[in-house]
Formats: sequence, C-alpha cells, structure tokens
Amino acid sequence: MEDRIAITGMGIVSAIGMNAAENLMSLKGNKHGISKIEHIDTTLKDKILVGEIKKTNLELEEILGLPALNNFSRSSMLGAIAAKEAIGDAEINTEGNTSIGFVNSTTVGGMDMIEQFYDNFLEKKEHQHYIEVHDAGSNTDLISEYLGINGFVTTISTACSSAANAIMLGARMIKSGRLDQVIVGGMDGLCKFTINGFNTLMILSETYNQPFDENRKGLNLGEGAAYLVLESEKSYKKRGKTPLAFLKGYANANDAYHQTASSEQGDGAFLAMKSAFEVANMKPEEIDYVNAHGTATPNNDLSEGRAMVNIFNNKVPDFSSTKPFTGHTLAAAASVEAVYSIFALRENLVFPSLNFVENMKEFNLTPQQKLEEKEVSAVLSNSFGFGGNCSSLIFVK
Amino acid sequence: MERCYINGAGCVSAQHTFEGGFLENPIDYSDTNIIYVVKPVYKDFIPPAAIRRMSSGVKNSIVASTIAMNEANVKELQGIITGTGMGCIQDSEKFLDKMIEFNEEYLTPTSFIQSTHNTVSGQIALKLKCTAYNFTYVNTGGSFQSALLDGVMQIKDEGKNNILIGGIDEIADYTYKLYQTIGHIKKDGETSYDILNNRSKGSVTGEGAVFFVLSNEKKENTYAEIVDSNIINNLKLDKVDDFITEFLKRSNVKIEEIDAVILGNNGDIDFDTYYDEAEKLFEGSEVLYYKHLFGEFMTAPSLSVWLASNILKNQDAPKELYRNKMKSADKTFGTVLIYNQYRGKDHSLILMKNV
Repeated sequence: MEDRIAITGMGIVSAIGMNAAENLMSLKGNKHGISKIEHIDTTLKDKILVGEIKKTNLELEEILGLPALNNFSRSSMLGAIAAKEAIGDAEINTEGNTSIGFVNSTTVGGMDMIEQFYDNFLEKKEHQHYIEVHDAGSNTDLISEYLGINGFVTTISTACSSAANAIMLGARMIKSGRLDQVIVGGMDGLCKFTINGFNTLMILSETYNQPFDENRKGLNLGEGAAYLVLESEKSYKKRGKTPLAFLKGYANANDAYHQTASSEQGDGAFLAMKSAFEVANMKPEEIDYVNAHGTATPNNDLSEGRAMVNIFNNKVPDFSSTKPFTGHTLAAAASVEAVYSIFALRENLVFPSLNFVENMKEFNLTPQQKLEEKEVSAVLSNSFGFGGNCSSLIFVK
Repeated sequence: MERCYINGAGCVSAQHTFEGGFLENPIDYSDTNIIYVVKPVYKDFIPPAAIRRMSSGVKNSIVASTIAMNEANVKELQGIITGTGMGCIQDSEKFLDKMIEFNEEYLTPTSFIQSTHNTVSGQIALKLKCTAYNFTYVNTGGSFQSALLDGVMQIKDEGKNNILIGGIDEIADYTYKLYQTIGHIKKDGETSYDILNNRSKGSVTGEGAVFFVLSNEKKENTYAEIVDSNIINNLKLDKVDDFITEFLKRSNVKIEEIDAVILGNNGDIDFDTYYDEAEKLFEGSEVLYYKHLFGEFMTAPSLSVWLASNILKNQDAPKELYRNKMKSADKTFGTVLIYNQYRGKDHSLILMKNV
C-alpha cells in the first residue's frame, strides 16, 4: 500500500485568473472576480452577481485551438484548459501512457449547450452534434480525447463536493496500487439551468457574498475548473520530480438530514473532518489554516461553523472562505480551493475572507480578514453539497 | 486482502426481476425500439405522499435497494455508491421545459433539486439515516462499473463490511427523441428489432434500477464472488483480445476456465463488432446476451451482474439468454466474465465466481 500521495502538478481557471499564477496574484492582491453576468442571456442578469470568467465560448475555443465544428460545452473547455496546465506543471506525458488515470467531476456537464438549443434541436440540424454531450461523462470524454488520455477514466457528480470526491478517489486508486499518476478535479461552467435552479432555492445574493457574516444574504455562483496531478511516491521519485505538496487526509460522509439543506449542528461536516483527521493520523490542533466551504448561505455557514467549533474544540485556527473571490464554482469548488490550499502551503499565506463585517451571533468565529504571512504546514479544506454530501481534505507540506 | 461477495440483489427492469424467480417466461421485446421497466407496486416500498414527488428512477431505486438490503439482511452500510449515465433526466426535462416555456419565470425548486445527479444516493442515505461514504458516478457507459469498482475496493482493500452499489437510468420522452434523431436509438418502423440477429444503426433503448449489497462475509444467501473488474475509456477493435487476456492474467484465470461470457450486444451495427471480436476468444464458453430482453442504457451492465449472480447461484442460465435460445445441456457455472462497451467507449470487464 502506498501511503504518501504527492501532488506534482496543478492547473486552474476561475473568475480571478486563467492559470495558477494569475489566480495567486489575484488572491495576494485582494482582487475578486465577482461581477454582473455578461455572457449568458438570462433575465436574472441585473439581479445577481456571479464569478464569471470574462471569455466568450469562441475565445475559449481559440485558447484550446479547437476546430470550428466541435461539441465542447463551456464546462469541458474550462476543464481542458485547467487539466492541460496541470499536466504541463507535472511534466508528464499522456501520449501512449495508459497508466495515467483521469477522475473528473461536474454537475452541469453539457447543459449550457442543451439549454441553448433545447426547443429547436429537432428542427435545427446544425446544433444536433451537441445532443450527445448532454450527459456528464461525455464531457470528460472530450477532455480525455483532447489531452490524449487513454486508460482509467471516470466522472463523479456529488453536487458541490464533487471535486473533493474526485481527489479522494484518485488518492484511493494510488493507495490500492491501481494507478501511479492520476489527474483529479472538477469543472463547471455557468449556465441558465443552474442560475435559475439556485434562484428558485432563494439562496442567491444580490450583492457580494459575505461568508460567516451575521448579515450574509446568500451565495454568488461562479464558474471554473481546477485539477491536481496526484502521484505515488514510487513514481515521482523514479522520475526525479519534486512534489508541490502532499494529500494527507480525505474523507466523505453524508449528513443524511435533508436533500438540499445541511443539519443545524453540521453532523455530516463534523464527521467528514473527523474521518479526514483519522486518515491523516493528525490532530485538529496541527491545522494552520482552514479553507472553509463558506458559501455565505445562512444554512451552510451556520452548519459548518458549528461543526468547526466542535471539531476544533472551540479553538478554530485561522480560517477563510475564498468564495468572495471566485463565487461558488459548484463541482469545481473543491479543486479550486485545493489549489488555493496548496498556494497557502507553498507561499506561507493565509488568504482573507473578503466582505466580512460582523460575527454571526450563534458563535464567536471571525474569519481571516487580511492576507497574512505565517508558517503554514497543514491546511484543511471543506466541501459540502446537496444530497447531504460532505467531504474534507487535508494538505501538508 | 478480503474477498468481495454479493449478498443481496434487487433489480427493477423490463422483466419480472423483482418478485423472486429467475427469468421464467421472459417478455419478448423484438417488436419495439423502446423498452420500459415493469412497474413494481411502489406503495409497498414508499410512503404514498413521497411517491408523487419522485421520478421513476428514484422510485425504482428505492424498490431495488430495499430488496437488496432485505436479501442481504443488513441494517447498516459503510457506503452507498450509485452510477447513472443520464442522471435524473425526467426532472431535468421538467425544469428545462418550464424555464424555456415561461422565460425563466414561475419556476419552483422541486424539479431542480431532484434533477441533481446524486439524488438517488442522497435519498437512500436519508431513508436509511446513513451517514457513511456516499458517491455518485456519472461516466456514460462506465457509470455503474465505476460504482462497482469503488465498492469492490472498499471491501477488498479498505476493510469495509457492507456497501450498497447500484446503477440507475430512466427514460425521458424528449431526450429519447433527441438521441433517436442523432442515431443512438433505432428508428421507428423497422421491420424487426430482433437485435441478436438483425443489426442496424443505434440500439433499442431501455431503463432500469439494479442494486447489490457487497460484503466481505460469505453467507448462506451469498450469490457469487466478484473477483476483479476493470474499465478503460478507449479501446481499438484489434485490442479487445489483449484487453481481455491481460485482465484475466491479473486474476490467474485462463480463457478456457470461463464457463460463460455475458456480452452487451445491442444490435448496433457500428459497435457490436467489438463483441464479435470478444466472442472469437471464447470458443469453449457459453456465450450469453441480455440486452434483447432489457434494452440498452448507460447503466445496463448492472443487469449483467444481476444475471451473472443468479446464474452462479442457480447453476442455470435461462434459454432466452442464448442466441436463438440454443441452450447447452447440463452446464455448470463456476466462472463468469462480463464484457461491455458503450458506443465503442467505456470498455469494462467484470469477473465473477460461484461460492
């Protein structure tokens, strides 16, 4: 059994940057990516703020050098850009290498294309090539083909915790000896389906999202993609690659409370963190920074906050939610925040939770408000989603 | 390393597979290109108020998972893992229809919430108050096999006792039409849909919900053992041979030792050639087919595991699983191999043994 899971590469696109360097620069410079919607034709345009990537689909096609006739959804284009960066960063070669796995995750799949052409698909032949990318897995397949990945490929969809579970599965595949290298993460482009869905749940904020604030109004949706390359110790040592960091703990639990809401005491969240500490064989006090799920919905922050107070026995370390920078990127959120957690380890930084004003009255928790330099050796990252899905990851130097 | 057994199986399909018995007098579907499930009596499994809200995929999953749990006689699970190709497509359609028709007005959250891919695994967790590991795979033709592989890893490598796995897909009217338009589903009005003997473009579509309880403990009611499984996204036609032989080598099983191979032939002229290649390898084995009785869908391989489980337990394969019902006399089944691919992608192998 392999015990050390190394991270040897990463790639990211989000509302605050088209690659890892740009994302880090924005985080350091307090530069958020929340704005009005420009690229989606929705009646909610002027009512909500989102973390939109300011590139049209055509511009994304150009970045990837796709032919004019292609059936990439917005999600799969974002995914391909980020995964390509991760592979480059890890300096691995996919061509003819069947031992590289790919574990992708998404909630929307090709929905952005389906919703655009839905009611005239039967009449308009020119859009029909988008029909077969409706299902999530077909979008993973497009990326695999683009990057030349042939081997173990799968896709996970566990709502807003999806990418955390993709990372976890990748780690388990390495531990079991089934893979030596695996690209793991998630992707989700903004689309009308999700915007309207979240709008009906009345958890979208009309203003900038304020995680863990007494007056938080809800979340800003975002879009993005991020991937890590996980690698076994044997594999990176053999090729002389220096890891960026290590994935030490991971866990998945279910809240089993409600299809969309989290339990008031954060039972699932507590269980996920507790199990992640057990897998990592670490104590909560060893954590230097928590990158919280912190969506800024009344329900999540209360539930997660209580779970943190409990797991850390009232001594919650420095914590923040980076969703005020990027918006909530749904399936991609956990991998976007995994990249930020690795930034924290490598740069010895704690990133701020923007827009925070006032402590919630239920507990005495104040998120990090300014960029802080300090020794960061271990980071806990949380991700929770619909269906009661709760996942926690622990990254170390 | 532990062994992985199937101790419970629940199957809602186009045949009478959820009332006990093993495919006695199967329904003939050679005259249709769309095959729906035989509906269980839902109120025996689900409170009436909940039945109305649930799409058929969710309802069928509750029925199938309940049967699997009852058979295995387990109350507590260490994991709930599902696979679904299209997810809760009926609710996706509902939400899309409304969103487009009313220009983003008058929408309600119910169908959005239920359209989420992990609805089924979330609902089962809620019903059982199960806070354990909960995963949903959505990888086209490899969705169920991903769930199975995950479950097998949990039992064999990670010390878990009981894991529920399942594969679910449901037919939705408009999406059916769309996939028929692009040739994934056979055209209306063909003279015959006898897919084992007549190939044409596309497949006959189907649906189903099939669940299993995987366990590290062999019991009296154990169906079979899952020895190994593998999935790869791409495979060239001339590499089918290597894919199968290398997989069997991993488990130290020789081709001659395979008593039966279950193939996923669906009558698609463009892709059944993969099964022709596989069949060439198994001259001494029984070759069994099933999609003519159930239809094709992304998680249809869950049915083949159900069939293999029953064949290994009963030591008999119904004649309808043979091409032209040509059944061999007095055959015993010790080792069964399942091979599936979906439109030339997501190739999977599952090796099972009797206990």
